[in-house]
Amino acid sequence: MSFWEHITTFFSAENYTLFVVSIGSGVLCLAAGVVGTFTYLRKRALIGDVISHSVLPGVAIAFMLSGVKNPFYFLTGAIISGLISIWVVDYVQSNSKLKPDTILALTLSVFFGIGIVLLTKIQHSGNAAQSGLDSFLFGKAASMGMLDIQVFSAIAILNVICVSIFLRGFSTISFDEHYAKSIGLNVSLIKSLLAILTVVTVAIGVQAVGVVLMAALLITPAAGARFLTNSIQLMLIYAGSFGFLSGITGVVISYTGNGMPTGPWIVVVLSVFALVGILFGKRKGVFARMRIRQSNHIKINNENVLKDIYKLGNEGQNSLPLAELIEKEKYSPVKVRTVLNRLEKKDLIDLVRGFIILNEKGKLAAQEVIRKHRLWEIYLTKFFQLDADHIHDDAEGIEHIITPEIEKELIKLLDRPEVDPHKSKIPY
Amino acid sequence: MNDFYVIFTACLVAINCSLMGSFLVMRRMVMIGDAISHAVLPGIFIAYYFSGSTASFPMLIGAAGSGILATLMIEWFTKKAKLQSDASIGISYTLLFALGIILISKYGANADLDQQCVLYGEIEYVSLWLQPIIGGFSLPRQAVILLVVCVVLVSAVAWGYKGLFITTFDPNFALSTGVAVSFWHYFLMGGVSLTTVVSFESVGAILVIAFLSGPPAIAYLLTEDFKKMLFLSAAIGIVCSFIGYYFAKAMDVSVAGAISAVIGILFALAFIFTKLRKSKVDVISA
Repeated sequence: MSFWEHITTFFSAENYTLFVVSIGSGVLCLAAGVVGTFTYLRKRALIGDVISHSVLPGVAIAFMLSGVKNPFYFLTGAIISGLISIWVVDYVQSNSKLKPDTILALTLSVFFGIGIVLLTKIQHSGNAAQSGLDSFLFGKAASMGMLDIQVFSAIAILNVICVSIFLRGFSTISFDEHYAKSIGLNVSLIKSLLAILTVVTVAIGVQAVGVVLMAALLITPAAGARFLTNSIQLMLIYAGSFGFLSGITGVVISYTGNGMPTGPWIVVVLSVFALVGILFGKRKGVFARMRIRQSNHIKINNENVLKDIYKLGNEGQNSLPLAELIEKEKYSPVKVRTVLNRLEKKDLIDLVRGFIILNEKGKLAAQEVIRKHRLWEIYLTKFFQLDADHIHDDAEGIEHIITPEIEKELIKLLDRPEVDPHKSKIPY
Repeated sequence: MNDFYVIFTACLVAINCSLMGSFLVMRRMVMIGDAISHAVLPGIFIAYYFSGSTASFPMLIGAAGSGILATLMIEWFTKKAKLQSDASIGISYTLLFALGIILISKYGANADLDQQCVLYGEIEYVSLWLQPIIGGFSLPRQAVILLVVCVVLVSAVAWGYKGLFITTFDPNFALSTGVAVSFWHYFLMGGVSLTTVVSFESVGAILVIAFLSGPPAIAYLLTEDFKKMLFLSAAIGIVCSFIGYYFAKAMDVSVAGAISAVIGILFALAFIFTKLRKSKVDVISA
């Protein structure tokens, strides 16, 4: 069967189980992506890891008390012990000198350790019904039923509704808790609500993908989305859809791959999504930032060489031997050649038989850089009381950054000065 | 004899982890230790796939390799991609762990490798593989490896104590006086990878994390002196191993789980103790 045939069989109604599993996983990842956006923005991304490890003792105790394998008892136990773990983290953090990372690691390992103790106790007591408890540790996405998909959908809807109602409160405390307090928001209520949503989502999700991978469902979509936008609404939409698509794709891959585990594939697909965002994000992506750095570098080189040509020509003469430029300014001949070629292409200079000829346009461009440099030097001496021998390096950097608007302001502020602190004339 | 083997192994893990954990706690990097302990899975599998056995040496190389890969990934995400550090840790270790499980389920059906073993460890069974030492005396193979690593770590820390200390407590001063801050960073991360890798096979990832964070955290609450903290946390780790082992034996439960739980209880006691002492001081000074 080809891959495409796999896909069509997969989505036909005959293949009911797989349809259920894929939609179930998709919806679960959507819910996690939405809640995870806020844990990410609050820089508490790893709290998901703590909660997913901490639900275990709750599940074990629920089983010990009830003696039956009822998913709702399990869920209640899981939610309670998850909430306790968050409370422990917050309490220890505000009542000791320990740092957050230590507290997170300690809480998750101790809760999980207690969980293992209880679990082995149950297993060794030979209770016949204990087999279902393992799915709480390692996930069982492949054996999802209609009841699971209903619960997942309910959680997803709950998350989306709560987030849309409390969007303002959630985003305000995510970016600035003190500000939220100062404008009269009930910060502790909003935080508790967010904690409950997170714990419920994690307690459900652990059963699908397992303890270790649950953290990825919260963190990874949000991290990828963060590189694509600055708007929190868009970020929520991106994170939710990344989650949904990865949930479905992960299930499709594990189905076509015959007995491949589902949870890990969901995480791999999520990570690919996030990596694409991190690498190719329009403004914050790795490549975008590399491009910006590159183009700044080119601009600075162009302007510096242009300036040197103008200065070596005694600020008026139009032609300069290339050899003189290389010798006096100690440029590498190869590098300066590429810069000069760029300048010629921009129609700022002409290269004729080893001579550089600055044309009228090039002259104006060079004067602009020098003018900005000297204006800045005056500004520094006048307003920062810096000595004339301390200001050159600073101006050397800023001359490439000052915009025409700032330049206009500087001229106005300094009253259109004629000479700079070194008594050089300012070209207008 | 079995009691001795298990407790001896646990104590060695406790000493190694407390030593590295104390530095991690002061550098606020404990969660990186957590990440490494999960991220070793693909490396272990690859080593298993090429060497065809779960014998320890290739496994160690593979695991150490993927531990270092995890630290490099985290660095790349935070430094080059400008991703916030908690998310960098989370993304890196979940991805590596997921890849590890996929590889194992695809190619390693017969291997004695699964995520249960990675999380719990099998310290109860260390005495199944004994290594004769001198005369009639033998030690579990795991304990021998841990002992070697312990000697390496203690001498490495003793040799590099000054550098580690200054870069931990005043990295800016260290940088300004020309200390190679990034060298000491990788020196420590190498030690942490080695520790988690040799430890997790016997005690599982969870107890490694508990040992990395718990005893140093308790010691940090009780003392201000870093050298005292190093010795105190090793001692606390040993005490926890003893109590945890006998508790597990009495209750017939997992040893790794019981030791983690005991660490939690001791931490709670230390926490309450320091809080009471502080409120007493507050009352007196008021």
